[in-house]
Amino acid sequence: MVMNSQSATIDMRLKHAYGDFDLDVDLRLPATGVTVLFGPSGSGKTSLLRFLAGLARAQQGRLQVTGAVWQDETNFIPTHLRPIGYVFQEASLLPHLSVEANLLYALKRVTKDGATLQDEESEQVLSLLGIKPLLKRQPEQLSGGERQRVAIARALLSQPEVLLMDEPLASLDQQRKREIIPYLEKLRTELAIPIIYVTHSLAELSRLADTVVVLEAGRVVTSGPTSEVLTHLDSPLQLNDEAGVVIEASVISHEERWHLLRAGFVGGEMWLADEGIAIGEAIRVRVMARDVSITLSQHEDSSILNTLPARILEIAEAAVPGALLVKLVLIGSGEAVENGNSTVLVSRITQRSAEHLKLVEGMSVWAQIKSMAVLR
Amino acid sequence: MDENLAAIALTLRLATTVTLLLLLIGTPIAWWLARTRVWFRGAVAAVVALPLVLPPTVLGFYLLLLMGPNGPVGALTESLGLGLLPFTFWGLVVASCLYSLPFVVQPLQNAFEAIGERPFEIAATLRAGPWDRFFTIALPLAKPGFVTAAILGFAHTVGEFGVVLMVGGNIPGATRVVSVQLYDHVEALDYAQAHWLSASLVLFSFLVLVVLYTFNRRASSSFRLRG
Repeated sequence: MVMNSQSATIDMRLKHAYGDFDLDVDLRLPATGVTVLFGPSGSGKTSLLRFLAGLARAQQGRLQVTGAVWQDETNFIPTHLRPIGYVFQEASLLPHLSVEANLLYALKRVTKDGATLQDEESEQVLSLLGIKPLLKRQPEQLSGGERQRVAIARALLSQPEVLLMDEPLASLDQQRKREIIPYLEKLRTELAIPIIYVTHSLAELSRLADTVVVLEAGRVVTSGPTSEVLTHLDSPLQLNDEAGVVIEASVISHEERWHLLRAGFVGGEMWLADEGIAIGEAIRVRVMARDVSITLSQHEDSSILNTLPARILEIAEAAVPGALLVKLVLIGSGEAVENGNSTVLVSRITQRSAEHLKLVEGMSVWAQIKSMAVLR
Repeated sequence: MDENLAAIALTLRLATTVTLLLLLIGTPIAWWLARTRVWFRGAVAAVVALPLVLPPTVLGFYLLLLMGPNGPVGALTESLGLGLLPFTFWGLVVASCLYSLPFVVQPLQNAFEAIGERPFEIAATLRAGPWDRFFTIALPLAKPGFVTAAILGFAHTVGEFGVVLMVGGNIPGATRVVSVQLYDHVEALDYAQAHWLSASLVLFSFLVLVVLYTFNRRASSSFRLRG
């Protein structure tokens, strides 16, 4: 991916071959927001993160972060001299130190003059991640989710210029994941530094990513802004059963009687389960391709709440035999679509239905959305 | 009886000196063996482990030659004005250090290896340099290994006989340790003295081991839990 060079802060061209593993990437990542490195295990996403951190050394290449060269033919800056924060997949805390001592381990090494956890900046980090009640505990007395929160807080206390996270939720069960994801979303909105986040979970990608890099077998297969990558019909992401798009919306009104809220976005509005989100607040809504169906007319006699006018942009074969992917642009309010700003859905239907409805590109249809998830 | 007490005191002094020296010498060796990947690592490990398989008298014989007036070590110590080491307390210390080295290095090496890469990687991402990592990660996490190494080094030095006899001889107050004294009693058929000395040695060793193993059990079980 070649991004605008002014906005690029992480510039890497790295090559590494070891046994069956062969990595060759040329990437420029943006200065802000969350970049998700996505791919199956063995795709090289964790290796890439370790090269960034200096925990491993790529055999060839160049790595430059915010103007500083971290690796080239002659130089290799060791990990402890790189201004990074790193959150490991599991066992992230130093086992012989209490939570407080773990945090101080980081703080003492970046501040010369006796900084404490009571300083304003540290306080902010601790309250952002809800650490204060845990300070006196030992790592083995924490749940997996609490451990990861402490690890994230510790990484932030080391005042990183880039935060690197290697599948921080992968070792947690569903409930722990739900417990920690709101903290990650807060990081996303409140941190000024870029976050590079490795995951193989499409759900985490949908919630957190601003930019997506999809890796397969050591190569970048597609990359770009999240909404773009998620709506690419030939992207390997579409092979996933949970493939879908993310819509940036905001809350317009509440319908208390039905426990519903109305959310508006470029090109339309829709009903969602009301989770007590205030009017005006920005939310992310995830719509999976398998939950979107297509009709030629608007059915008033359907149990489906959200039926939105749309136009077919593209039809492509899905990886599953007999299935098609249909890319739809929502045309609920016309003017937004024309200035290049639009909301796109992907629908997965059967080839039989497509033939039966005689769907072709450019056709106006109705998109029925069976269900969706509010991600905030 | 006074002779027995003198022998016990000398043995304790020797074992303590040797244990402390070995912890100092053995730690860098064990650290190096645990972390290095160079090709001659195996050869170094074999040299360290040699005293485990050699008869003590073989080791003692070579040390006697090396440290004697015609040996290179002997020439060196004489030129430094230290005199000759055989049949002195410090000669015993040198010999015991070599003899007990594997008993200190191996538990330390195992403890260092058991830490794994992760804690060091964590520390590096928190800006800890190599020395910082050694003192704040390696040493505290290897604590159970240090306890085991100290027990084994101490106990093994107390129990040696062959090397001591070859290198130290049998000089009261200087090289006559408990094991040699005991041998003298048995040679002289003085079984009462032999019993007294043996029983006190058994009791002492037992008590030291009980205390240290109790401590070590606690240390190593908490280590496992946290790991």
